[in-house]
Amino acid sequence: MRPEVALPILIPLLFGAVSLAFWRSQRVQRWLGVIGTGALLWSSIVLLDATRRDGYLIMHMGDWAGPFGIVLVSDLFGAIMVVLAAITGFATALYSLASVPRELEKFGYYPLMHLLLAGVCGAFLTGDIFNLYVWFEVLLVASFALLILGGERAQMEGAIKYVTLNLLSSVLFLSAVGLLYGLTGTLNMADIAWKLGQIDDEQAGLVTVISILFMVSFGIKAAAFPLFFWLPASYHTPQVAVSALFAGLLTKVGVYALFRVFTLIFTQEVEFTHTLLLWMAGLTMLTGVLGAAAQFEFRRILSFHIISQIGYMILGLALFTPLALVGGVFYIMHHIIVKANLFLVSGLVYRLRGSYELKELGGLYRDMPWVGILFLIPALSLAGLPPLSGFFAKFILIRAGLETGAWVAVGVALLVGLLTLYSMIKIWGEVFWKAAPAGESAPETVERRSERSRGRDLYFFYLPIAGLAVLTLIIGLSAQPIYVLAETAAGQLLDPAGYIEAVLGVRP
Amino acid sequence: MLLAVLSGFLLAFVAPWLARAAGRYSGWLLALLPAGLTFWFASFLPEVAAHGSILFEYPWVPGLDVGLTFYLDGLSLLFALLISGIGTFIVIYAGGYLADHPDLRRFYVVILAFMASMLGLVLSSNLIALFVFWELTSITSYLLIGFDHEDEKARKAALQGLIVTVGGGLALMAGFVLLAMAGGSYELAELLHEGDAIRDHALYLPLLLLILFGAFTKSAQVPFHFWLPNAMAAPTPVSAYLHSATMVKAGVYLLARLNPSLGGTDAWLLLLSLFGALTMFTGAVMAIRSTGVKRMLAYSTVMALGTLTLLIGLGTPTAAAAAVTFLLAHSLYKGALFLIAGILDHETGCKDFRDLGGLRGKLPVTAAVAALAALSLAGILPLFGFVAKELLFESVIGAPWIVVAPVTLLALASAVLIVAAAAVVGIRPYFGPTVPTPKHPHEAPPALLAGPVTLAALGLLFGLYPALAEHQILAAAARAVHGAPVELNLALWHGFNLPLLMSLVSLGLGLWVFSRWEFVRARFDRHLEPRERFGPERGYELFMEGIVRISDWQTRLLQNGYLRYYILTIVITLVALTGYTLLTRYPVVPTPNLAGIEIHLLAVALMTVLAALFAIITHSRLGAVALLGAVGFGVALVFILFSAPDVGITQVLVETLTVILLVLVIFRLPGMYALSRPRARYRDSGVAVALGGLLVWLLLLIQETRFFPSISAYFIENSQPLAHGRNIVNVILVDFRALDTLGEITVLALAAVGVYAMIKLRAEDRQK
Repeated sequence: MRPEVALPILIPLLFGAVSLAFWRSQRVQRWLGVIGTGALLWSSIVLLDATRRDGYLIMHMGDWAGPFGIVLVSDLFGAIMVVLAAITGFATALYSLASVPRELEKFGYYPLMHLLLAGVCGAFLTGDIFNLYVWFEVLLVASFALLILGGERAQMEGAIKYVTLNLLSSVLFLSAVGLLYGLTGTLNMADIAWKLGQIDDEQAGLVTVISILFMVSFGIKAAAFPLFFWLPASYHTPQVAVSALFAGLLTKVGVYALFRVFTLIFTQEVEFTHTLLLWMAGLTMLTGVLGAAAQFEFRRILSFHIISQIGYMILGLALFTPLALVGGVFYIMHHIIVKANLFLVSGLVYRLRGSYELKELGGLYRDMPWVGILFLIPALSLAGLPPLSGFFAKFILIRAGLETGAWVAVGVALLVGLLTLYSMIKIWGEVFWKAAPAGESAPETVERRSERSRGRDLYFFYLPIAGLAVLTLIIGLSAQPIYVLAETAAGQLLDPAGYIEAVLGVRP
Repeated sequence: MLLAVLSGFLLAFVAPWLARAAGRYSGWLLALLPAGLTFWFASFLPEVAAHGSILFEYPWVPGLDVGLTFYLDGLSLLFALLISGIGTFIVIYAGGYLADHPDLRRFYVVILAFMASMLGLVLSSNLIALFVFWELTSITSYLLIGFDHEDEKARKAALQGLIVTVGGGLALMAGFVLLAMAGGSYELAELLHEGDAIRDHALYLPLLLLILFGAFTKSAQVPFHFWLPNAMAAPTPVSAYLHSATMVKAGVYLLARLNPSLGGTDAWLLLLSLFGALTMFTGAVMAIRSTGVKRMLAYSTVMALGTLTLLIGLGTPTAAAAAVTFLLAHSLYKGALFLIAGILDHETGCKDFRDLGGLRGKLPVTAAVAALAALSLAGILPLFGFVAKELLFESVIGAPWIVVAPVTLLALASAVLIVAAAAVVGIRPYFGPTVPTPKHPHEAPPALLAGPVTLAALGLLFGLYPALAEHQILAAAARAVHGAPVELNLALWHGFNLPLLMSLVSLGLGLWVFSRWEFVRARFDRHLEPRERFGPERGYELFMEGIVRISDWQTRLLQNGYLRYYILTIVITLVALTGYTLLTRYPVVPTPNLAGIEIHLLAVALMTVLAALFAIITHSRLGAVALLGAVGFGVALVFILFSAPDVGITQVLVETLTVILLVLVIFRLPGMYALSRPRARYRDSGVAVALGGLLVWLLLLIQETRFFPSISAYFIENSQPLAHGRNIVNVILVDFRALDTLGEITVLALAAVGVYAMIKLRAEDRQK
């Protein structure tokens, strides 16, 4: 029994509940927001450290042993994801202090944020497939509530698409769980894997059929091609702190679930399933990046790039070699930090200039060069330029792809890298390099602009952005420890027997 | 060594503050670092000349075979000296040239970072480290081309340079990975000895093409040459440094570096010598067509880069010697000429040869230096350019038979045109009648003159004493390029021979072209202008436009804003993928056992299905609500019949509430109109039936193939003895799987908050 495993779920749940109790005091809620996510960060680091030292950590909830009760399992991949969620949560909590309008704070912004994090961490740590569904529900409802907070028309429109398509995914997920339960009579993932390991080859086909249901369901969550519609429809509408939180975490829960089930459970017909995943990865990369090229709104561009980056992560899973999985895990680590940060930067630009439209922006590099640097670090990292975090992530995947002879996928990955750079440079040119628009197209006068660039609240913008930028630099400049971590995590993913033994105590 | 390479980055961090403190002398102060580096690198000259190479190793990411290993031999040392040496004068020059520019301090940051990246590029032994520095030079180059960033042309030129070089860079990365796979190492120091294994490897041709793509884009070879002249939007010190002396030579450096590993095959010979020769000739033609000072120099740089590629491709010892000699000569005179172009612009405000003339009286030193550098460019005695040109001619005559004719002809033709261009550069602005200029010209200050004077003087010095350059560095560099010792025997005078004759011919014809410059330009323009619409630059533009157009089209197709199409796409994807998998992986037809089904079950099922059907086709809102309720109660009945009364009761409650809620808002609901056309309705119902059928099919299959007994037996057995509850469903909910219930309670709380916020916030909006 390792209670550390439950902490990253319980802490945000508790802080969410307490924040609800302090419904009327936004001051307290704000403090709780920072303290709660800080505590989550601390507990996640404790968890990662313990997992790194001791291997799998298991917690039987209610002391009911698996497969009968619900088991929380922390393997390195899960623990890494929890840390990333906590980092994103903490950064956005800080950022929210300055960026979220008071009237939204009154309507439960902070409790929703805590509970969203609880759902995300729960999904990363559960060892039970139905329990995974429950956490999906938690984070779906929490994210829906956050999405509509503000009640503007565009928000409602986006949120309806978001919730409908995600409910479709949930229904599908639930049906697939039901079918899988019918087949194996169990819900514990290790138990499912163990039992499916004993069936003969003829019946493996039926398991593969069910795996497709999971693939589509998680594909929707992960925003893979051709299932991603909800993401570009909604991500540019809510509060920017919410966008950042979503961009960092939501799709990655889908990716996490894909990684989990397609390494642990559905490895009967890898050639078939993972080839499908390879196609999915390639098309996701391509359509995502092409979607961005036609956009001229800061957050819409970023949203489409999430999709193409998801493609890279799935590519790591699809190639299914040790190095490729390392690449996938590394990519996720890099991506969450960078992507959340880019959304935070977009919010900072909005705070300074009052617009997300590239046409209405300009001149920021002349006035505030350090903001430009804060943008360039995550932006160039996203495009995979060395020596930033994204470079190593991409390099590992490219190398893995070339070593397995996946020429087309590698070609696509390289081309998408170039187009990503094009998009980021488009933003850089329009927002930072171009002279600020004057006359009618200008949203603000010069005086108003210089007024906007002052204010103590700006520190709460700079602090999380700079923090995440430093992390990006660290991942790139001292990639070795991160690489080792990803390598160990990928090693565990490729060893389902180890997982099963840790959870059930039997060696398959 | 690590510190030497990275010192530029470190200085870049503090440069703005240092520059502010030093005021007008900021350039001189910051130049101390590159100057120091020059001397430090120079201190390795004897050791490299004696032993060949030195290796420095620092770990970075050993897990990925990425290390900061530095390999110092003749070739990398030559480049390191050029980078730090010219860099010194560039920094000094920039301090004067951009003295009044508000962004001078930012300029220092980027140029120092560039210098460090470039040093890293040429010194790295590790392929990936080399690539890292390679991309860093692209990015810093981007920032420098777009230095004047409020000018849209500069931004476009910067983007073009970046896309071309980074695009090539990505190919290069793939090429490097393949090279490492073929050669079994990521270290150049080891790959240099694996030439045979690499050339025989199945991946040789793909990796060669990828690496060449990377090198050609960086070094502006045809057909990627177009970005380089546009890059002249950068301030002059940048043009002189990046786009003439150093960065654009990175591709050439790479080719020279990899010659021992990749060279010696027919593919190598043909690709390099032909592309190189074409680039050389294109550069020369475009140079003579240009009238802009920097543009002409840029094209003559293209010509030089082509020459270098050609020489590396030929693969003979003479060609290797010619390559390193030409490289050094070119860096010296072209650096000087660019800096002089900057002086002209700075002092007169003119950027075009046609607006300049008779300046020798006003700018005597500049004129003298320009003459020296131009003589070297033309390849005239006694300058170092002459030595290089002789070697070039000697190499092309001695080229392998298969390419000897075209490369000799192209080399001679290019030489003619370059002599003419050199005459334009060296004579036109300084002699002839004085042309009035926007600014009143004065002789340039020392900061601006230090660089050109030194570089031109070195060109003269090495011309008079070529052995000096040979023994210090060029012999070692040629050995590195060729992979074996090379006899250079550099000398000004080799007696009367064919190369000398070619020199004389090119000189004579070149001067004739110069005397009829306008006429020649007009002729070229008439023939070439109509064809430029199909040139490679147009290809780049089409590519960029194409991306945006495809993007537009794709967005309209996929992200069209209609939820119904999104759902349709997802469901079709699901049905198609699952159906396909069923067909290919598990083509089993279920044989449901209908024996045990009782009549009341059938009745319930029929009722539910009919209710659902009518709910779809009814036009009455109230009817639809009621029918939906009937569906729900039908499902509840099924639960109850299968002995799950708790679940059944819950279902009844939920359904009742739903119906009541819907009835409450019924007058706010829109009417039931047929919004879609019949065809769309048939399509949709087809898809819906397919999905439903698929799930039923799967259920039937699962029903038959249950692999393992359910764990529910455990719950039935242990509910009372261990969990002390007789209602198993309840025990599962609150004990065995209590965490699920906690989650679901959270969902309820969340939904409550969300709904509250939605209603209240909207209500407040309305009050406003």
